[in-house]
Amino acid sequence: MTQQTVLNATHRALAAKMVDFGGWDMPLTYGSQIEEHHAVRRDAGMFDVSHMTVVDLHGARTRDFLRHLLANSVDKLKVSGKALYSCMLNEAGGVIDDLIVYFLAEDFFRVVVNAATHDKDLAWIEKQAAAFGVKVIERADLAMIAVQGPNARAKVQSVLTPATREKAIKIGKFVACEGDGLFIARTGYTGEDGYEIIVPETQAVDLWNTLIAAGVKPAGLGARDTLRLEAGMNLYGQDMDEGVTPWEAGLAWTVALDEGRDFIGRAALEKQKAAGVRRTMVGLVMDEKGVLRHGQRVVTAHGDGEILSGTFAPTLGKAIAFARVPAGTAERAGVDIRGKLVPVRVVKYPFVRDGKPIDGI
Amino acid sequence: MNEIPGDLKFMKSHEWARVEDNGTVTIGISDHAQGLLGDLVYVELPSVGDDVTAGNACAVVESVKAASDVYAPVSGKVVSVNSALADKPETINEDAFGEGWIFVVKPSNLAEDTEELLDPDAYAELIESEEH
Repeated sequence: MTQQTVLNATHRALAAKMVDFGGWDMPLTYGSQIEEHHAVRRDAGMFDVSHMTVVDLHGARTRDFLRHLLANSVDKLKVSGKALYSCMLNEAGGVIDDLIVYFLAEDFFRVVVNAATHDKDLAWIEKQAAAFGVKVIERADLAMIAVQGPNARAKVQSVLTPATREKAIKIGKFVACEGDGLFIARTGYTGEDGYEIIVPETQAVDLWNTLIAAGVKPAGLGARDTLRLEAGMNLYGQDMDEGVTPWEAGLAWTVALDEGRDFIGRAALEKQKAAGVRRTMVGLVMDEKGVLRHGQRVVTAHGDGEILSGTFAPTLGKAIAFARVPAGTAERAGVDIRGKLVPVRVVKYPFVRDGKPIDGI
Repeated sequence: MNEIPGDLKFMKSHEWARVEDNGTVTIGISDHAQGLLGDLVYVELPSVGDDVTAGNACAVVESVKAASDVYAPVSGKVVSVNSALADKPETINEDAFGEGWIFVVKPSNLAEDTEELLDPDAYAELIESEEH
């Protein structure tokens, strides 16, 4: 049974092309996904991300619980409203999911996890939470709209009441505030500034239409994918899964090996690190014409690898990809495209930040 | 949805073919096909002088979403390719039945090959049935 967000009829009224995404009927594009991509890079676009799962955690020992559950350290969260990106690992160090956790009070944290992993995530979180007496409450009553782009914040601010606007103007990156019934976080998945707004389902359609009137362009999952890949952000299920550790998924920066914190998967990660990590995630740029795609074989001096996410990057006008390759791969590799070995450059990502290509891409 | 021009013949795989007054055959992909693919970003053209066989892949169109082979509706020799598509592949999105043509063939077995193709009404029925 395909699930629908509260904005489903709104998307259809906008003539969106709908696709199944992780069991949800979601807009792929409202016309041209490349135009939607450029709207986000140059002005302001918005995405319905209500399929994502909001989970509230309540209890006196919630911080202790998250110290145990997450590979990143919630001890970095000292001020109410502050957010942290982290992986949730299994005992073998494999990635169960990636998520954002918000610190709201010592007895109240909020977590946003992926849609496609909803069932296993909730089961895992509930199982681990029991020992800490933490209550796990899924907030299916909440929708979520991500507004992204250089003009996104100003356009959102223009539709808020003065008191909420003042709070929204003040928050720094990776911080959330509340007002007008909204939970407004300065986070995103595009490499642009903007907000992700958690909104009660009852207010979501009104908010969407108000934002359209304020000049925000609806954008679909197609543009969301090209934007996040240009921005160097992983997609769960494609770039990493339970068979891969953060070391092998370009996510070492999200692992905090802080002293004395016994998080799930830590022993396995330390063991792998000591033994040497044999696979690594790299960025690829193809200067020839064509498009890099998931599953294509990557040929390197140290052996074969594989493209995880690949696409045509509208901001760059050429193809880019994430690939998992043998450690030590140098600046050059080849990709097997329909039997032809096409040269690619191996680069560090992100490829694009704040509307502009990174130097050397 | 664009009107389907009456002088075209179609393959089930969504290529169109038009027999020109000089006997050559112009080939492209249908408006329906470009809609399915989404924004096109790359077209791999055949070379002038290539021999193509009806039903065989001889070009590739790639959108952000997917790569798709273009099959030859008729056999023959490629006499011209739309090289403007190299810089502006989106022309196919904008005008699939006109400026978005892909290549022209001098056919070698026209009468027999075109018998296999669908007329516009039959093609319209096919895409109608695919949508439901």
